[in-house]
Amino acid sequence: MSREHVLEVENVTMQFGGVVAVNNLTMEVNRDEIVALIGPNGAGKTTAFNCITGVYQPTNGIVRFEGQPIVVNHPRGKMKKEYGGQNAELYVNEKTLDPTPDEITKLGVARTFQNIRLWKSMTVYDNVLTAKHMRAKQSVFSATFRTTRKEEERMREETEKLLKEQDLWDVRDDLATSLPYGQQRRLEIARALATEPKLLLLDEPAAGMNPQETLELAAFIHDIREKYQLTILLIEHHMDLVMNISDRIYVLDFGSLIAQGTPDEVQNNQRVIDAYLGVAEDE
Amino acid sequence: MNKTLKNTSTADRTSKYVTIVIIAVLYVVLMVLDNLKATPGSTFGKILTMLIPVLRKGAIYSLLCVSMNLLNGFTGLFSLGQAGFMLIGAYAYAIFSIPAGDHAAVYQYFEGGAIQFSIPEILSGVLGNTAGSFLGAIICILIAGVVAAVFAALIGIPCLRFKSDYLAIATLGFAEIIRAFFQWDGLGRITNGSNLLRKYTSFSDMKIVAGETTVKFGTVFVFLIAMLSILFIILLINSSYGRAYKAIRDDEVAAEAMGINLFKHKMQAFVISSFFAGVGGALLAMYQTTVNAAPFKSAMTYEILLMVVIGGIGSVSGSCIAAFLYIACNEWWLRFLDSGSLFGLVDVPFFRDGFRKVVFSVIIMIIVLFFSRGIMGDKELSLKGVLKKRQRKKEAKAAQAEGGDAE
Repeated sequence: MSREHVLEVENVTMQFGGVVAVNNLTMEVNRDEIVALIGPNGAGKTTAFNCITGVYQPTNGIVRFEGQPIVVNHPRGKMKKEYGGQNAELYVNEKTLDPTPDEITKLGVARTFQNIRLWKSMTVYDNVLTAKHMRAKQSVFSATFRTTRKEEERMREETEKLLKEQDLWDVRDDLATSLPYGQQRRLEIARALATEPKLLLLDEPAAGMNPQETLELAAFIHDIREKYQLTILLIEHHMDLVMNISDRIYVLDFGSLIAQGTPDEVQNNQRVIDAYLGVAEDE
Repeated sequence: MNKTLKNTSTADRTSKYVTIVIIAVLYVVLMVLDNLKATPGSTFGKILTMLIPVLRKGAIYSLLCVSMNLLNGFTGLFSLGQAGFMLIGAYAYAIFSIPAGDHAAVYQYFEGGAIQFSIPEILSGVLGNTAGSFLGAIICILIAGVVAAVFAALIGIPCLRFKSDYLAIATLGFAEIIRAFFQWDGLGRITNGSNLLRKYTSFSDMKIVAGETTVKFGTVFVFLIAMLSILFIILLINSSYGRAYKAIRDDEVAAEAMGINLFKHKMQAFVISSFFAGVGGALLAMYQTTVNAAPFKSAMTYEILLMVVIGGIGSVSGSCIAAFLYIACNEWWLRFLDSGSLFGLVDVPFFRDGFRKVVFSVIIMIIVLFFSRGIMGDKELSLKGVLKKRQRKKEAKAAQAEGGDAE
């Protein structure tokens, strides 16, 4: 397996007012890996995701995708005084980068959401087809006057292929929100795949699933990694799923990285056990 | 599978032909209505004098509603700047089509104005009177749209960073600023200050004169422009960009995460919607024959918003139906409530000026209560849909019969 870094997160700190939600997080994801980011509730996992995908600009740090910096920041303005993280001086001379989420998606980073965010009024088919819009080259006018019919046809063919691969073709005309929960999750992943990503970020893909569905999901994640040559970073609470599928695991607690390594290493790490089970206070 | 495919394509084709026939018949009827001469005072004459304005205004408001729906219903941007862009369109249209000879009279307080040409007149010089006034009017309408779109792009840069209610307030504010701006004397040489612009090409100029006979095209002209504009919006909504707009409406965060640039797409929708608001404003100017900034108040935006809501937010056909119904009720069918008597027969004491508005409010309340998502909701009225539904029913029946046989 090549050891090429697809995603590098370097000293990323996200501070909201006085609260340091993510503190000096450094992690990397290699090509073709499945990496899990775990931690107790409120540890800052989703915030880390949002920093990577451009929803938030981190207060400090660099995010690199395929070697290129995509997000760069150092404490500025009011944050200069209030900054509570580390390495405040490290990136002062770097040019800050604050792309919008769509720009990052365009580079090949797609994501799903913790609380499913499908387009409610659209059918399953349209949900996926709409995600194809980003890669389309047509302009408003060529699209309106149907002069790029070929491209539209290609988009529809790809959508059909994707839906068939994801076993969603039979429900294509149903409203996205009328699907059972597991299928909605699957549709959200299908929609993310429609943007043709290289790196897929899954935010709690197994949330609300029963053990049977969780097992299926594990197989499914393995499957899409092979099929679409994906690198996957996921946040998850279901430990059986995480231990089952991930190559490496990062553990966050109160915004800071407390452990990293293979599933076995992490499982036996005392700090991780403490973070999840709590420490006896009678010392 | 094959069978159903074939069936849908026949349904497609039938509905296409039927639609073309319906539209052709509509235009023939409009053409006849345009040129009918009824004896004044007769019942038919009375109906005709009401019917034609209602049809024209209905078509204009249909376009205005659909353009507002593109923004509020399909892109989910709650904008209330419609009246401002209509005003810009109306003024741009009027300014460029006032005949050069009439400038001195129209701009009497502003030394004959700054613009000393008229596009329909210039074209008439080249192409002859008929073609000149038609083409001139169309070009002026396009200019009206473009000017409104340019203003929209400028206003959009600050405004589109807001969301929901804040966007509504910001656009509403800008619309009021535009109205004040156009009434400002400092711009008088172009906008004629707070005075009327008049004598420009209107619907009555839309005619072909051949010797003794005159064929009028006023209503046909409005319908044509409105219909083409609405067709453009429908095509846009059903394109890849339309789907992106709907994605923004449904969930901005998800849309952004799926690679849809929010600002770019919102700006597009805003500019296109304003372009057609400008076109609608130009048509309204043609309809009114005089134009002045004062009536383009926020009340006008609310009126259009009301029609959009009645028709169904997110339904083009709903907007059109609601626009025609609203205009017909407002201008014609409910007028008797203000007239002092019921059908001129019984004197009803409370049928006085303003009572129409009371009844109107009640009707609107009933609609809002019982059709809370508007007449059409977010569905579209389409022949294809009706045909398909019938077909499906037939198939279901056949399947049932088959099942019965098997038993």
